[in-house]
Amino acid sequence: MSDIAIKVENLSKAYQLGQIGTGTISRDLERWYANLRGKEDPFLRIGESNDRSTKGTSNVIWSLKDINFEIEQGDAVGIIGRNGAGKSTLLKILSKVTGPTNGKISGKGRIASLLEVGTGFHPELSGKENIFLNGAILGMRKKEIQRKLEEIVDFAGMERYLDTPVKRYSSGMYVRLAFAVAAHLESEILIVDEVLAVGDAEFQKKCLGKMNQVSKGEGRTVLFVSHNMGSISQLCQSTLILNNGTLEYKGSTRKAIEKYLESIATVSSFNREKQTDGTHITKIILADDFNNQKNTFVFDENINIITQVDYGVQIQELFFSIIVRDTNENALFTSHYNLESQNTTLKLTIPKNNLLPGKYFIEPVMHVPNVEFVDRIDFFLSFYIEDTGGEHSKYNNSNLGFINSPGIWL
Amino acid sequence: MEHQEEYNWTIEAKTSLFDLKFSEVWAYRDLLWLLVRRDFVSFYKQTILGPLWFFIQPLFTTIIFTFIFGNLAGISTDGLPKPLFYMAGITAWNYFADCLTKTSTVFRDNAAIFGKVYFPRLIMPLSIVVSNLVRFGVQMILFLIMMGYYYFTVAHFNISWAIALFPVVVILMALLGLGTGMIISAMTTKYRDLAYLVGFGVQLLMYATTVIYPLSEALKKYPAYAWIIEYNPMTPIIETFRYGFLGEGSFNWGSFGYATLVTLLLLIFGTVIFNKVERNFVDTV
Repeated sequence: MSDIAIKVENLSKAYQLGQIGTGTISRDLERWYANLRGKEDPFLRIGESNDRSTKGTSNVIWSLKDINFEIEQGDAVGIIGRNGAGKSTLLKILSKVTGPTNGKISGKGRIASLLEVGTGFHPELSGKENIFLNGAILGMRKKEIQRKLEEIVDFAGMERYLDTPVKRYSSGMYVRLAFAVAAHLESEILIVDEVLAVGDAEFQKKCLGKMNQVSKGEGRTVLFVSHNMGSISQLCQSTLILNNGTLEYKGSTRKAIEKYLESIATVSSFNREKQTDGTHITKIILADDFNNQKNTFVFDENINIITQVDYGVQIQELFFSIIVRDTNENALFTSHYNLESQNTTLKLTIPKNNLLPGKYFIEPVMHVPNVEFVDRIDFFLSFYIEDTGGEHSKYNNSNLGFINSPGIWL
Repeated sequence: MEHQEEYNWTIEAKTSLFDLKFSEVWAYRDLLWLLVRRDFVSFYKQTILGPLWFFIQPLFTTIIFTFIFGNLAGISTDGLPKPLFYMAGITAWNYFADCLTKTSTVFRDNAAIFGKVYFPRLIMPLSIVVSNLVRFGVQMILFLIMMGYYYFTVAHFNISWAIALFPVVVILMALLGLGTGMIISAMTTKYRDLAYLVGFGVQLLMYATTVIYPLSEALKKYPAYAWIIEYNPMTPIIETFRYGFLGEGSFNWGSFGYATLVTLLLLIFGTVIFNKVERNFVDTV
């Protein structure tokens, strides 16, 4: 197996929650004071306090847990997963920005990572100076950048602005320049985190094209995190799904995307089987105005979310909220309901003609605002709005957003 | 596992304390120069006086010191012209203090870059030291001009052989500032308290260093407490600097060797602890 580019073994990463305990403050101060007097050799003690695995498990969260996978040379691999699944942590460890808590990664060849565009750009310096600075930060030698300068400038399409300070650039130009530098790095492995979300459609296409060329044409390995299933399926042959810090699936992109979409929700009703005593949500259904349970609605149809809740001990300030999200899990809006009334059946109607055709998720939460979550469903329910051939179908392929315009033309 | 030797890098949870990655630092040397250039260029962009600003601070400090400590308080300057005496101390002290304070906040100042891309972190403090060297160089010119003026008009001093130690003195100041700064920077990633101490701590330390008074004066007036000043590694460095250029000051090989030793120890300790913290500081800063 000589063609493995990256091998990840038992990789775990823990983060400490909350404030860092007082025990370490006094320890650190002691060490600092001792050092100030030049009295002792505190090397060993530093080793201890930095060792995360010795801390109690209760306030530690595992952002990644026991991840194992191999990536072959020349593969373009996508990484998908919900927010907080550990994608960014994995990329951070791979790019050596932070260290793992346990485990090991071995690899072959230089890594270039693009976790953010334009890292280290200095606003006062010109585009050209920034190309050199950014290139050097990414690990290029000056000669290498010199050699590729023309290509970079060409790719970014900005010869005219080369001597202008980048603080006068538009954000799109900024991104273009930054991506151009990173894309021309002579690295064997390229790591890209969702940077394509910025920049215009044309440039996104160009980036994807470049990454395609990088992986297929030049045989370099690409790791690509995105929420955009379209770009993932265009670029990557295989894809990893991360879920709550564990590797859920590794295989062909098509299957992975299918699996992922399935996992994030295709449920239109929820019925809690285990009945507990506390305050909790017992049942949620989506229905139309005639109480027909369904999860596909037409544009001019009311969407009714009917929830059954049970109450345990009386909780002050208890609220029930429904968060409506898009397929990228961005919250679109939230409706709150005060549960003071102790109603057991709650009905939220999302009025017709408000949500544009597409897929939506709902996340129901019972909570005391800013204090605690009393109950939440750990997966989302989903529903579709179908186009009825109205006004919107004219623009069938353009992104019109999610909410029907509340504006009024006079 | 049998093909382990084929991989040319590994990332592991624990690394050796003494794996200081100097070869990596060397590979990134171009970045060092580009950062120095960036600091220099961005300093005088959109200013009228540009690098002349480097002159203003030591010049005014010298004038103030001459009035307050020299004339008002009447502290002896070993028979040297007062402005020249203070200028020597301030120029050397500023370089050390700048290296120290800038290095001590390196993690916080660069958290945004460090959090997004990897390069040997040591490059940053090194670039600070080199950037400040440019500033120090400019201020040395001012000092030399002043020296020339006094030499040909008042001529109260003799340049001594110890001027040959000047490069060593500069390196010692740089490394002492770097080492101490790195130690502080590593300790302030978790707790910021120390960072607030650095600001006025450096100022206080100046009074425990022979910047505004000669060591001989301190020994004469406070023989019981002068050890604080003598044990301060910056004291022999500044004394040597002054002795070399102006021919006055207490120079002896013992205290110079002591300062060198302390500097090297702090540097080694600083580099090790800096490397230790660098790996995971992103999570705590």
